[in-house]
Parts: sequence; structure tokens; C-alpha cells
Amino acid sequence: MKYLDEFQNPDLARRLLDDIRSTVTRPWALMEVCGGQTHTIIRHGIDQLLPEQVELIHGPGCPVCVTPLEVIDKALEIAARPDVIFCSFGDMLRVPGSDRDLFQVRSRGGDVRVVYSPLDALKIAQQNPHREVVFFGIGFETTAPPNAMTVYQARKLGIPNFSLLVSHVRVPPAIEAIMTAPGCRVQAFLAAGHVCSVMGMGEYPELAARHRVPIVVTGFEPLDILEGIRRTVRQLERGEHTVDNAYPRAVRGEGNPAARAMLADVFEVTDRSWRGIGTIPASGWRLSERYRDYDAEYRFSVDGITTREPAACRSGEVLQGFIKPHECEAFGTLCTPRTPLGATMVSSEGACAAYYLYRRLGTTPTPQEASPVV
Amino acid sequence: MCLAVPGKVLDIEERDGTRMATVDFGGVVKEVCLEYVPDLQVGEYAIVHVGFALQRLDEESARKTLALFEELGLLQEEFGDPWEAAAAPPEWEERGPGAATGAGAGAGAAPAAAVGDGVQEAGR
Repeated sequence: MKYLDEFQNPDLARRLLDDIRSTVTRPWALMEVCGGQTHTIIRHGIDQLLPEQVELIHGPGCPVCVTPLEVIDKALEIAARPDVIFCSFGDMLRVPGSDRDLFQVRSRGGDVRVVYSPLDALKIAQQNPHREVVFFGIGFETTAPPNAMTVYQARKLGIPNFSLLVSHVRVPPAIEAIMTAPGCRVQAFLAAGHVCSVMGMGEYPELAARHRVPIVVTGFEPLDILEGIRRTVRQLERGEHTVDNAYPRAVRGEGNPAARAMLADVFEVTDRSWRGIGTIPASGWRLSERYRDYDAEYRFSVDGITTREPAACRSGEVLQGFIKPHECEAFGTLCTPRTPLGATMVSSEGACAAYYLYRRLGTTPTPQEASPVV
Repeated sequence: MCLAVPGKVLDIEERDGTRMATVDFGGVVKEVCLEYVPDLQVGEYAIVHVGFALQRLDEESARKTLALFEELGLLQEEFGDPWEAAAAPPEWEERGPGAATGAGAGAGAAPAAAVGDGVQEAGR
């Protein structure tokens, strides 16, 4: 238990762990959906502090990781055009496309710029009226409202040279896909706190009831995660399957109504392909018909791109919780953060990167360090 | 990118018909759109994601989270120079084997030197 000392409040962490230990009577497999939660779990060794019966499975909640290769290739093709200023968040720079990444496009003369906010990209469009400015709109329900607002603003302000390359994804259909996949072992979910800050919890009760899985909305700090696990295990042991909010300081039941209204105006639900997983019905957003002029895919006609994932990369199995990162033969050898095969090794929220960074290479731990999952 | 960071509203103004604020994230000041939390006032805290306030947050929670993020280097990750980060060797390579901090680094530890060697080889 010596690593508990590194928690912000070790006494509280110890009490939460004791409670989990005294509650659990048999094995349970929990999936944390959010990549930020995966990072915290591995960084603080939470999975190794838990009783042996509680297994954490890492979910597909890293937006960088699940953006399909085809969309990355479209981004690279658009970004390489001389008439385009291509704007992106910084964590997309090293995500490998079929034959290059945004960092390389820039080093070969492409005008690639990193912005903090999509509104910064809109400002660049205002300042460069003779160039096309494209923003790479990826992310879950947390990131979609800012991008929706930016497109809304572009239309309101009459900025014609701005467009969005959209690859937004939604969490509830991913949970549905995971629960219905053959071989699924997941028995409960720690839902992503900030996604619920926007969307609220309204989409979850039906999922929880139909699949008989507890869904506990959880934050991403170490103590938040322990509390989420504690509540989840309690439900599992009692045979309950309800939606519970363990992150009330940031999540209200209805989410953020203004953000949801903007999402409904600017986007419409569509089937979306997830990198390494495949197409999940109704799992994404695209620009709705009246904002189609702002869709970079239409504006630049980037159809006809065919892609092939590296055969050695098993990130899809990692994203669905079928294998741990170190069980992939390429992990740490062919595939490292410097030479990534798949996006799960690139993004700081990716499970492979988290395992690599924190030395989870699957070696036999000492008895004191023994863990059920590594 | 998925990270949402608490910040304190320093001032508010209307720009192009949009409610905007300057927000302090533990010393880093950024422009933030308030359209999704329109009643947020100067001095209050909010969870901010990619330049948009998404929910109001109480001061104590905000301060705790900010302190934790700073300690973990996440503020640097969020607000630092992304080109530098993309060009630089990974932090554990730069600082040498065993550089990763936190409980997980020790608790799951493979022999650090062996890992470091692997990284160096793969990096070349």
C-alpha cells in the first residue's frame, strides 16, 4: 500500500479501498470509458491497488485513438493543399495516417497550425480571407459543442472560407456495441464525467436496464475513480443495475441544455467508423443539411481514399477491452510513442501510451506488487 | 484534448455578439466563450474545454483540480507548445529510464533499464 501515499488524500483513498475490499465477494469486470480515466488509473496504479476480484478494462474513450485512418488520410490530403490553412488540436500532430502525419505535412511545406480552441481557427479564417481554413473537428460529446458553436458563428458572421472536417463520436452507441460484441466480459461501466457534463445522464438508464449493467458517472481524479469503482462494485454485489452520479460537482442530470440545443441544430446523428473497431450505427455526428456548406469533405471532395491498417497493430482489440496493450506483439518493439503503429500509442489518453509510459510491460510483479490484470 | 480544465473568470465582454471571458488557469490566461454557461460571473469558476465553459464549478473543487493538474504536468500538456511536444523525444526518453512518476510507475515496474534500452533502439 505504499503508493497510496502519492494520492492527494491518502487516508480517504485507503478508506475507499477498504470499503471496496469489504464489499467484493466475487470477480467483476468494469470498463472505464474515458481515456483520461485510463491514464489516471495506470499513472496511480489504481488497478493494482484494487482487490484481485475487481478487474478494470480500458474502453474506447480516447477521441484521438478512435478517429478512423480514412479521416486522418483525408485531413492529411487537405492539409497538404497550398490554398489551405489546416488547424488542429496539438494531439493530432503525430497520429499516423497511411503514409505520413500532420507534423510531416507541415515540415514539407503545408500550412498546419495548432489552435487551443476552434474559435481560434475561425479567427484565422477572418484574418486570411483569400485562404481556405479547415478545422479538424474530432472528439466526443465534450468537444462537439465547441465545434458546433464555431460553425454556427461562421455562418452568423458570414465567414465563407471556414470549414470543418468532422469526425465526432458519441459514447452511448459505443457502450451498446461493446455490450453486444461476442465475447464481451464487461459487467459495469464507469461513464465519462465530462461527456455527461454536456449530455447529462438521460441516455443511460435505458442502456443500463436493457443490458443489466450498472453505469456510474465518474470523474478522472484518482479519488473520483476510486469512488466510482466503490459505487459500481456495491451495485454489482447487490444485483442492481442503475445509473448513478459519482461526479455531481461537474455533472447535472440534464447536462448543459444550451450545448445540447446547439448540437441538435448544427449536427445530425450518423453511423461512424471507429479506428480499429469498425462502423457503429448512430455513433457519430455530421453537419446537418443546412450547414453542409461548412463541411470540408464536401468542399474538398476527398473521396476515394482507401486505407489499410498495419497488420501488426491490435489497437482495435485494446480499445474493446479484449487484450491489454502489452499482449500485442508489437507493443514496445515495433510500436512505441516515437514510432507508433496505431493511435492508441500516440495519444496521451491512449491505453498503449499509458502502459508504455508507466512501464506496464507484463513482466511478473513481485508478490507485493501482484496485480490481477497485469 | 479531452481534458477539461477548471479556470477562474477574470473579466467578461461581448464580442461579435458573443459572450467571451478571459479565464485564468493557474497562471495561464486564455480567452473563453461563455455562450454555454451564459450566467457565469466574474470571480466564478467553470470547467473549460477547448475554449468553452461547459459547467460552473465550486471554487474549492476547482482549486484542488488545478493543483493536481499542475503537479501532474497536465497544465503544461494542455497549454504548452504543441510543436515542441511533437518534435521532442518522449519525456521518459529525455530524462532517462525510470523517469515516469506516480504510483503506477513503481507499482507495475518492469526493470526500468530494459525498457529504456528498448525505447532507444526503437527511436533510432
